[in-house]
Amino acid sequence: MSDSTPERPKGEKPANIAISASSSPPKRLNEKLIGLSLFLCATVSILTTIAIIAVLVNESFFNVTGGEAFFQQVSFSQFLFDTEWLPDAPEPRFGIWPLIFGTVAVAGIACLIGVPVGLASAIYLSEYAQPKERTFLKPILELLAGVPTVVYGYFGLVFVTPYVLKPIFEAVLGMEVGIYNVASAGIVVGIMITPMVASLSEDVLRAVPRGLRDAGYALGGTQYDVSLKIVVPAALSGILAAILLAFARAIGETMAVTIACGSRRQMTFNIFDSMQTMTGYIVDSSFGEDDAQGLVVKSGFAVALTLFGMTLLINIISQYIMRRYREVYE
Amino acid sequence: MSAAFSTSSDSEIRGRLFLSALFRLVCRVAIYMAISILIVLLSVVTYLSIGWLDWGFFQSGHSTFPEKAGILSGLWGTFWLIGMTTVFTLPVGVGAAVYLEEYAADTRLTRFIKLNLSNLAGVPSIVYGMLGLMVFVKFFGVLDAPVNVKLFGGALNIPVPFGPTVIAGALTMSLLILPVVIIASQEALRAVPKSIRVASLALGATRWQTIWHQVLPASLPGIATGAILAISRAIGETAPLIMVGAITLTRICPGGIESPSQLITEPGRIVDAPFDMYTAMPIAIYGWIRMPVKEFSNVAAAGIVVLMIVLTCFNGLAVYYRHRARKKVNW
Repeated sequence: MSDSTPERPKGEKPANIAISASSSPPKRLNEKLIGLSLFLCATVSILTTIAIIAVLVNESFFNVTGGEAFFQQVSFSQFLFDTEWLPDAPEPRFGIWPLIFGTVAVAGIACLIGVPVGLASAIYLSEYAQPKERTFLKPILELLAGVPTVVYGYFGLVFVTPYVLKPIFEAVLGMEVGIYNVASAGIVVGIMITPMVASLSEDVLRAVPRGLRDAGYALGGTQYDVSLKIVVPAALSGILAAILLAFARAIGETMAVTIACGSRRQMTFNIFDSMQTMTGYIVDSSFGEDDAQGLVVKSGFAVALTLFGMTLLINIISQYIMRRYREVYE
Repeated sequence: MSAAFSTSSDSEIRGRLFLSALFRLVCRVAIYMAISILIVLLSVVTYLSIGWLDWGFFQSGHSTFPEKAGILSGLWGTFWLIGMTTVFTLPVGVGAAVYLEEYAADTRLTRFIKLNLSNLAGVPSIVYGMLGLMVFVKFFGVLDAPVNVKLFGGALNIPVPFGPTVIAGALTMSLLILPVVIIASQEALRAVPKSIRVASLALGATRWQTIWHQVLPASLPGIATGAILAISRAIGETAPLIMVGAITLTRICPGGIESPSQLITEPGRIVDAPFDMYTAMPIAIYGWIRMPVKEFSNVAAAGIVVLMIVLTCFNGLAVYYRHRARKKVNW
C-alpha cells in the first residue's frame, strides 16, 4: 500500500518560504483552520469505532445510563456454557452456542460454495481471460456483488428452496426440506461472497510478476502447472486473507439469513432444518416484545458484541497474514 | 522436441496438456456459472413481478390488499434517506481522505486511523444499526421523555432524541459507508501524480490552494466512482435500518410529500421530512416478504425489480465515470 503512495510533497519547504513572504496572516490562519477541520473529518472514523465498542459494552456489561446491563442479570458462565437460547421462556436461558452454531453452519456452507467458485473465477480472470472477455466479465461480477442482501434472501426463499433443494433432496432422496432451512441460506450467502472472493483474489493473482510465469513456461510447464503450482502459491497469503474476509462477511450477513434460514434456536446437523443465526436473532430482538427488564433487547447487544468480536478477530488475523506472509517482489 | 523422447513421454505430455485444458474449462465454467446465477435471479424476480408492476405500483404506499400495495412511500423514504446520507458522507469522507493523503505525517495516530478504517469496513452492517439505535435514535437514553426543540419560530421542529426518523437513519447509514468512501477517495488522490502538486506549490500556491484547484479536480472522477458505489450499497442496505426503526409496512411518505411537484408548491414540508418517520425500498420489500399472504410475494418481486433498476442506474453512472476518467487521464 505504502509503496504506491506518492509521497507528500517534500518540496513544500521552499514553497512555504516563498509563500510566507507574500501571504497575509489571515491566509495562513485559514490554512491552519482547513487543516484542523480535515483532521476532525479523519477522527470521525476513530470516534465511530469507540462509539461502537462503547455502546455494545455499555449495554452488555455496565449500563452507565440507567437500568441493569445484560450481564448484570445473566451470568457470564451461562452465556458461555449453556447450550440453550430461550429468551422468551418463563425461565429464560441465554446460552450463545445455538446461535454461534447456526451462524457457523451458514457461513461454512457459504464458503464451501463461494470459495472454490470465486477462486476459480479469479484464476480464469487473471490467467486465462482475454482482455476483451475481462472487460465484459468484471462489470457483471460487480453487479452480482451489488445485489442487495434482501434480494438474495428472497431468491433463497422463493427459488432455491422450492425449485432446487426440494426436487433434489425431497423428491429424489426422500429427505425432508423445510421452507426455512440452513442450506438455502448458505447457498445464497455463498453466491453473495463469490464476487468478493473473486475480485480480492484476482487482485493478488495479478500482482504476481510476469517473470515468474514466464520462467514457469520456459521450464516446460503447462498453463495448469503455471497457474496452480506457481502463481497461486505465490499469492497464497493474499488468497487466504481474501477467504477469511469472505468468511467474516458471511458471518455478519443479516437479511439473506433472516429471510431464508428461519428462526428456530437449535443445534442440528440437519442442514434442511431451520436454525437461527446471531444476526437473525439481533433482528428478532428488535422486533420482539420485551419484558420489564428489557432482557430481550439487551441480549441483542450481547450477541452483537460477540459478533463484532468474531468479525474483528477474523479481520485482524487476515491483515496479519497479509503483512506477515506477503511475498514481496522487487 | 517430443521426437527426442520415448512414446511414453509423449502420452505424458498429452496427459498434462489435457489436464491443463480441463482446468481451464473448470475455471471458465465456474465464472460463467456465477454470472448465469445473476441472470437466473433477475429472471425469477422479473417473472414473479409480471402483472404486479404497473403504474399503480408507483402511486401508493403499503396496503393490506396486495393488489393496492405500492412502492411510493419506499421510493420517497429512500430518496430522503440517501439524499441526506450523501450530504453527510461526502464532505466528511473526502475531507478525511485529503487529510490522510495530503496532510498527515506518518505518525502512529495516522497509521492507527488507516488500520482502523479497514477494520471498520469489515464490521457487519447490523452492528452499525445497534450503534445508530443507541446514539442517534435514543441519544444514549439520557432523556426520559422526548422533547421537541422548536427553531426559527416553530418553522423547524426537531425531536430530541431523534427517534426513528429519517435523520437518524441517514446518520447511521453515513457512518456505515464512510470507510468505503474514505478508502476509495484515498486511492483516487494517490493516483494524482506528485509532479502536479510540486508544480502548483512551486508557483506559490498554498497547500490548500493546491488541493482545491489541482488535486481534487484531477481526482474527482475516481472519488465520484467510489462515492456512487458506496451510495448504491446504502440504497440496498436493510439490516441497520431495521435496527434504527424504519417502518416495514407503511403508507407514510416523509413530510407528507408524495409527488415531486409538492417540493415546489409546498416547500414548507421539506424541512419536516428529515424529522419524519419513514420506510425505504429494501425495508418495504422485507416487510412484504414477511407477510403470510402469498400474493405479497409478488408485490415483493415488483419492489425488487424497481430497486434493481435504481441500483443499475447508479452502477451504470459509476461505470461511466470510471470510463471517462480513464479516457481523460494523459499524464
